[in-house]
Amino acid sequence: MLLIKCPYCGDRSQNEFAYGGDATVKRPELNKEVSDQDWDNFVYLRKSPRGKHLELWHHISGCRQWFKVQRDTSTHEIFKTAEMNEDI
Amino acid sequence: MQKYSVFSLIKNALNGHKNWEVAWKDPTPKSQYDVVIIGGGGHGLATAYYLAKEHNITNVAIVEKGWIGGGNVGRNTTIIRSNYMYDVNARFNEFGMNLWRNMSQELNFNVMFSPRGIINLAHSDVQMNAFSRRGNSMRLNGIDAVLLGREEVKKIIPMADFSENVRFPIFGGLMQPSAGTARHDAVAWGYARQADSMGVDIIQHCEVTGFDVVNGKIKGIKTSRGNIKTNKVGLCVAGSTSILAEKLNMTLPIETHLIQACVSEPIKPVLDKVVTFGAGHFYCSQSDKGEMVMGGDLDGYNSYAQRGNLPTLQHVLTEGLAMFPFLSKLKMLRTWGGIMDMSMDGSPIIDKTHIEGLYLNCGWCYGGFKSTPASGWTFAHTIAQDKVHELNAELSLNRFSTGHLLDEKGIGTKTWIG
Repeated sequence: MLLIKCPYCGDRSQNEFAYGGDATVKRPELNKEVSDQDWDNFVYLRKSPRGKHLELWHHISGCRQWFKVQRDTSTHEIFKTAEMNEDI
Repeated sequence: MQKYSVFSLIKNALNGHKNWEVAWKDPTPKSQYDVVIIGGGGHGLATAYYLAKEHNITNVAIVEKGWIGGGNVGRNTTIIRSNYMYDVNARFNEFGMNLWRNMSQELNFNVMFSPRGIINLAHSDVQMNAFSRRGNSMRLNGIDAVLLGREEVKKIIPMADFSENVRFPIFGGLMQPSAGTARHDAVAWGYARQADSMGVDIIQHCEVTGFDVVNGKIKGIKTSRGNIKTNKVGLCVAGSTSILAEKLNMTLPIETHLIQACVSEPIKPVLDKVVTFGAGHFYCSQSDKGEMVMGGDLDGYNSYAQRGNLPTLQHVLTEGLAMFPFLSKLKMLRTWGGIMDMSMDGSPIIDKTHIEGLYLNCGWCYGGFKSTPASGWTFAHTIAQDKVHELNAELSLNRFSTGHLLDEKGIGTKTWIG
């Protein structure tokens, strides 16, 4: 069982959260020329690293806020969590 | 190579089983091979076997970080089927079904292929319509499919919950009678033994640490047991694909995720089909030892851990109890996890890459075991001929950027939303 520290509610069990995927992926800017490669990078291509991974989680059965989590994909250790507008 | 038969068994029994030959050798790596396959799982071993048998390429090495059969080929729930709607997936997997039917004889190794049939349960009229459509598509591709009503399902699996006031009543199901199971370890060992006997070097405990790429061409690999020169490398490493791709500066349409499975204590024969729950992710079959073999959904976050957490297992087994209430009386014997190369459209990739001599076999999600022979056969063709076979022409790497997705289920890596 993962114990995830929501930046707003504190430590809660994994059961309360939904996973949102890689947090480093950036949507191409609106109203600008977007190449096929840019869309590819955004929609399909993922680094999927073994080790430290910056990802999004959603406290869906709690405060319903999205936030960032830095987690190890080989040990499941969670190093840090932060609000969306904070840097990790 | 020593042939396995009832006579060899009797002969060796009389000698106290002291004279069996080793099933495959333990060679030290040579400095050069015509083809190096990275990954000694089912797909890698099958690829090497078909390279030798179909294409007469025997100067081949399989390089495996751990031991052969220690990854997903030894961790899956052994289900073999071709009940796909899309033509590409249906033809590819039905081609594989024909290889399965003959495998024990061809490999001289009993893989215990058991075509006992699979039933996908439906829990609404809409789902029955969808299954009817899929069944018709299957039949157009020459695959057996039978649409069953509630009463017909009840005759086959009376132990399922057919009571009136349940959240997900059973409306019927789609059955592929020719689907089934096989003994997964035997598949790895059977391919390994035959590949070895044709000259393939199976090199275990040998980790690939880097690649030698010159002017866009592969020239060799670096391993924990020295450098190996080769002009052709087949990447066949399932959940570890992204790790090796990073060493090649490639980013792939893949995320590595974790899935768990479990078996109960062994009980007397009760279930002679593979059955899948239609209102969630749960499926179940009974092994020859009597254990109920069960699996379900991904844990739901990127992971290379090969071990999972309890919430997903609990969720999956809750669905199991909704389908088969009698499971509540059983004790759990073992649970385990494996890591899946989840592609973004749920279908695999068997293709060449932008690096000359580098071939890619990945994206099997959690359905790779059944595809072991078809994957090995088509990947061997792709490597030997340096071009894709018509069976895997559309399992291409660039289908994501060109929009030719094979989104059979339309859920990609986020299977828990499907």
